Amino acid sequence: MIFDTMMVIALCILMLAILANLYRVVKGPSGADRVQALDTIGINLIASIGVFSVLLHTHAFFDLILLIGILSFIGTVAFARFIERGVVIERKR
Amino acid sequence: MSGSGEVVGAVLILFGAVVSLISAIGVVRLPDVYTRSHAASKSSTLGVLCALVGTLLYFIITDGYFSIRLILGIFFVFLTAPVAAHVLCRSAYRNQVPLAEGTTEDELQDYYMENEKDDAGNKLNLSIEMDKGPNP
Repeated sequence: MIFDTMMVIALCILMLAILANLYRVVKGPSGADRVQALDTIGINLIASIGVFSVLLHTHAFFDLILLIGILSFIGTVAFARFIERGVVIERKR
Repeated sequence: MSGSGEVVGAVLILFGAVVSLISAIGVVRLPDVYTRSHAASKSSTLGVLCALVGTLLYFIITDGYFSIRLILGIFFVFLTAPVAAHVLCRSAYRNQVPLAEGTTEDELQDYYMENEKDDAGNKLNLSIEMDKGPNP
């Protein structure tokens, strides 16, 4: 019972962290700020999926941890290339 | 249900959540892109690693279930989050995002003016100013 309460408290703290990052996504003056905050939101989502699978006592969501990690990394690198060069995939010369 | 295993997992998970919250406070309060990226990449990576290791230990101790997928997820996050922050900071620097107001020295600027070239082969003309406006 106390254990479940601690897990719910951890989920609430993670949601507060996601809300703070969402403030930076809305307000951030440059594009890199917004992409960095979105990447951090993805990482916090990974942590909250881990806490949620402990709370529900199931193994079914461990694939999602790997999947969200890969998708968040690919999206961040694509946006960084877009900010830096203007294109994501360059043409062969 | 064994009590001690739950305690180890819960302490690690709570520690990870608190470190993630500290990272988010840093993202809100710090003055420019580079310091915010510093806060966001390092401490939120530590937070998610602690939370996932707590999850792994909880399932090992209570169920005897050792998850290779979770190990792969931890390893992947540990490998890629600093790389993503590095790529983003480099793109912000090359895009001339201003530094914070109190910055006294920008050593990267001299290096970039001498060595880096843009796609057409011309020398980059980087003129990054300190942020003079109202603090965002």
